Amino acid sequence: MNAWLRLDGVACIRGDRLLFRDLSLALGRGDALWLRGPNGAGKSSLIRLAAGLLRPAAGKIERHERIALIDEASALDAELPLRRALDFWARVDTVDGHAVDRAMDEMALAPLADVPVAMLSTGQRKRAAMARVIASGAPIWLLDEPANGMDDAAQARLVAAIARHRANGGAVLLASHFTLGVPNLAELDVGALV
Amino acid sequence: MTALIALFWRDLRRAWGSGALWLPVLFFLLVATAFPFAVGPDAPLLRRAGGGMLWVAALLAALLPIDRLVRPDQDAGVLDQLAVRGFADEVIAAVKIVAHAIAFGLPLLIALLPAAALLAQDAARVETLATGIAIAIPALASLAVLSAALTANHKGGSAIGGLLILPLAVPMLIFGAGMLDPSGRGAMKLLAATSLLLTMVGPFAAGAALRGLRE
Repeated sequence: MNAWLRLDGVACIRGDRLLFRDLSLALGRGDALWLRGPNGAGKSSLIRLAAGLLRPAAGKIERHERIALIDEASALDAELPLRRALDFWARVDTVDGHAVDRAMDEMALAPLADVPVAMLSTGQRKRAAMARVIASGAPIWLLDEPANGMDDAAQARLVAAIARHRANGGAVLLASHFTLGVPNLAELDVGALV
Repeated sequence: MTALIALFWRDLRRAWGSGALWLPVLFFLLVATAFPFAVGPDAPLLRRAGGGMLWVAALLAALLPIDRLVRPDQDAGVLDQLAVRGFADEVIAAVKIVAHAIAFGLPLLIALLPAAALLAQDAARVETLATGIAIAIPALASLAVLSAALTANHKGGSAIGGLLILPLAVPMLIFGAGMLDPSGRGAMKLLAATSLLLTMVGPFAAGAALRGLRE
């Protein structure tokens, strides 16, 4: 199999603490992997390793496709209306406005288009960040606790978006401390790897 | 390229939105207004000391906004998102330097006219001042972005940032103010050389500092 994202014998040390070692995984077309484990197990660090934002203490990481990342920061300019904040990333990703329209529809954000990002609630901001990921058109999604603060309806939309992305051939690496109800999900318990 | 242009406009919009455009300019004019009160209304003295004073004010005005050049982007996750998209840190730094140079440089040059008038500078000296400061602006922007990147993880970073930058900026201060001295004929070339060096080094040094923020 031609993996888009491959981690080979990866170890991660944060501060003086070994979070995990000998971690290997491969993610290709249509794959989805749920990183589970308690707080502090290293789920977020693993996502940042996969995104290339951290360097592994040992092992090798290969990426062969574009990546879209969601983490605790939404990276949307607080003073801008939501639509314009998303448009900025669309320009950076060189996708057109229709991609933003579709992504906003998928996360039911159309009524909030003119609301400044600073006025959005935690859950709404998570939905906005998710729309940024969807609009980017990147084949690999790295989602770090994407459902934090989301209500049931928003979680259902998130699960549907993940399913659609996989049906279109995308791959998803999902870190979450609780089960989201995504079907056909491989699991990796990060807390059990030390 | 469209992505870099989008980044540039974003930086410019954030610099000029929310009234921050006027902060460095206001500071610059404030110094020019306060100085005559401090040394007295002696025109020849003002003319002699005023040029150097304006150089000091320009240097400090460049450092004034370093708190919001990098730290807000770091906190909001924007820098991480750009890194994920494969932008080199040096390129991000270069875009930030260009945007800052324009964001504070243009208003500063405009504010130079009333400031110079307040300090009894004649037309020839205003021209020399404007030329010198225009030459120094890219280097000042470089130093400001560098110190912003180096101190983005520290609370109260702007105070440390000023200390970091001062030794690097002193040569420009010497050559820039030296241009005003009738005997300082080579000063402009030395200023230009210093400015060029700092402007060239800036993106690489600031880029390395941005990379360091992720470790």
